[in-house]
Amino acid sequence: MDTFIQQVLNGLLLGSLYALIALGYTMVYGILRIINFAHGDLLMVGALVGLSVLHGVQGAFPHCPGVLMLLVATLVAMAACALLAMLIERVAYRRLRNAPRLAPLISGIGVSLLLQTVAMLVWSRNPLMFAQLLPLDPIQVTPGPTGAITNATALTTIAVALLVMAGLWLLVEHTRLGRAMRAVAENPQVASLMGINPNRVIVLTFAIGGALAALAGIMMASNYGSANFYMGFLPGIKAFTAAVLGGIGNLRGAMLGGILLGLIEALGTGYLGQATGGVFGSNYQDVFAFVVLIAVLVLRPSGLLGERLASRA
Amino acid sequence: MNLSTTLTLPRAKARLGALLFALAIVLAPWLLGHAGGNAWVRTLDFALLYLMLALGLNIVVGYAGLLDMGFIAFYAVGAYLTALLASPHLTSQFAVLAAWFPQGLHVSVWLIVPLAALLAAGFGLLLGAPTLRLRGDYLAIVTLGFGEIIRIFMRNLDRPLNITNGPKGIASVDPVSLFGVNLARTQDLFGLRVPSVYLYYYLFAALALVIVFVCVRLEHSRIGRAWVAVREDEQAASAMGLDTKRLKLLAFAMGAAFGGVSGAMFASFQGFVSPESFSLNESIVVLAMVVLGGMGHIPGVILGCLLLAALPELLRASLGPLQQSLFGQVLVDPEIIRQLIYGLALILAMLYRPAGLWPASRGGQ
Repeated sequence: MDTFIQQVLNGLLLGSLYALIALGYTMVYGILRIINFAHGDLLMVGALVGLSVLHGVQGAFPHCPGVLMLLVATLVAMAACALLAMLIERVAYRRLRNAPRLAPLISGIGVSLLLQTVAMLVWSRNPLMFAQLLPLDPIQVTPGPTGAITNATALTTIAVALLVMAGLWLLVEHTRLGRAMRAVAENPQVASLMGINPNRVIVLTFAIGGALAALAGIMMASNYGSANFYMGFLPGIKAFTAAVLGGIGNLRGAMLGGILLGLIEALGTGYLGQATGGVFGSNYQDVFAFVVLIAVLVLRPSGLLGERLASRA
Repeated sequence: MNLSTTLTLPRAKARLGALLFALAIVLAPWLLGHAGGNAWVRTLDFALLYLMLALGLNIVVGYAGLLDMGFIAFYAVGAYLTALLASPHLTSQFAVLAAWFPQGLHVSVWLIVPLAALLAAGFGLLLGAPTLRLRGDYLAIVTLGFGEIIRIFMRNLDRPLNITNGPKGIASVDPVSLFGVNLARTQDLFGLRVPSVYLYYYLFAALALVIVFVCVRLEHSRIGRAWVAVREDEQAASAMGLDTKRLKLLAFAMGAAFGGVSGAMFASFQGFVSPESFSLNESIVVLAMVVLGGMGHIPGVILGCLLLAALPELLRASLGPLQQSLFGQVLVDPEIIRQLIYGLALILAMLYRPAGLWPASRGGQ
């Protein structure tokens, strides 16, 4: 039972991160029908920018409370990644809106490679230590020496992720911008006849996705205590899996898919390791996400909750 | 105009061209080796390995329009098969095998190459079968996942049974030996001292030529035209009575088979395989070669391969010393500059030359 609760906690932490990233994929896909392959790398840029800001603030104001520093770093990183995402849209995707399907994907791969290389140049290729400013003291969830434990950083991450997702949900369903986004997703031509500027909506969508990715990046770095130029790749692919699992283009689907994938990974790895006496252990964690992805695409290609947007002819 | 001259002139020209081409292929290592040393011939050998891979990927991406981002997995399959069948690793791990083969497993290259092609084709079918219904961009991610799964297994299959030797990889793979000539040693042939890298060059060039020939024939065959039809409009192709599922599976299997052969050659040439040679970056490099050169156009793919395979060496030879003389130290690793160029090339190619540097003429199709 302790193992189960422990793995559920691990899964929730992973899953809330996946969900935040998956939202970026799903929003862009919902509107443009393209996979933003560079989305995972926005997470990495967010974490590394956050790291640099933390260093800067720590140097300038050594007596500043940790939580405030983290907040400043998070906001700066989110803004930077929002801008970066807008730039990526402008440079790599806008000209390719009516190109064959593979074209934006390949240019996205190029952007991803470019971002990783530039990050390697700026922040070196070694993992950097990310200051963990939230308390890490273990919080006992179930009693006993083998009881499940968690810490404040993990709990904060889950809470913030849930809050942000709720906020995004309100934005899309209950504001003018949200309505414009849904209209452009439905049909950009008709939307522009209704006085909506589709380009503005698309750019804002990218910006929101970038900001969410940066948030996820900072959270990930805070939980694991390190950041490097390659950290965006696997979470990016997994978050894409989560988006597909929930039904791409569907906001609730991305949230559900993210949490589910996190749980599947954590529980699967935990129990597989136990069942095989540690022979197939956490080494195979990454295989789970891919197997889930293939299974979902084969059995239910439109995801658990379905693609919300009917396919455009 | 005189009919006979219009007919014979291009033919004579073509014959001369073919002769010059053959001469260039035969002399290439000698010229390159004379100008820059054996390291450059080695680069050329690797370029040819990449060429075989890229031609395989070209069938999948270029002809059939299926974006495979895990293509390196088939290279890995061929390489590991060779490493297992032609190295002391298996006999040292399993006593049963050691009893059967007291000399160790040393399977001949004549058997390994077809086996590698077959096994890789089998993996191609394994990947293709569940993904047939997927749209292009989903397919890309699933194939990427497949490539990673293969790599993860190779990295971890040293427990419970040590099959792949895990991250340490398998060493002392037998070199290729043809008609009693060991390609790993400098040989005296026809009064010439021929270094090992030259011998491998001729082997790889011959294999690449065979693959080019097969590809050209495929392109102009019924199957090749059917692939193009599937690529351009799957629904229309299936309405014309084409079995699109079988065609896609065939593309996966054919492409994979070439990848497997290339992998087998890589393992013998290198003498060592480890999971790190088969990372996603390698898949992207091969994809960049195909995309940059010209998807679905063999001369374009060859151009893309030569450019991108020579690029890192050229950069290393030029940028390192340049920085050394300008700043007194190497500020930016040429490896990083290569990565930057790959990234930029992919973006710029899509924006300005979506059909590649040397695209196929559409009228011919």
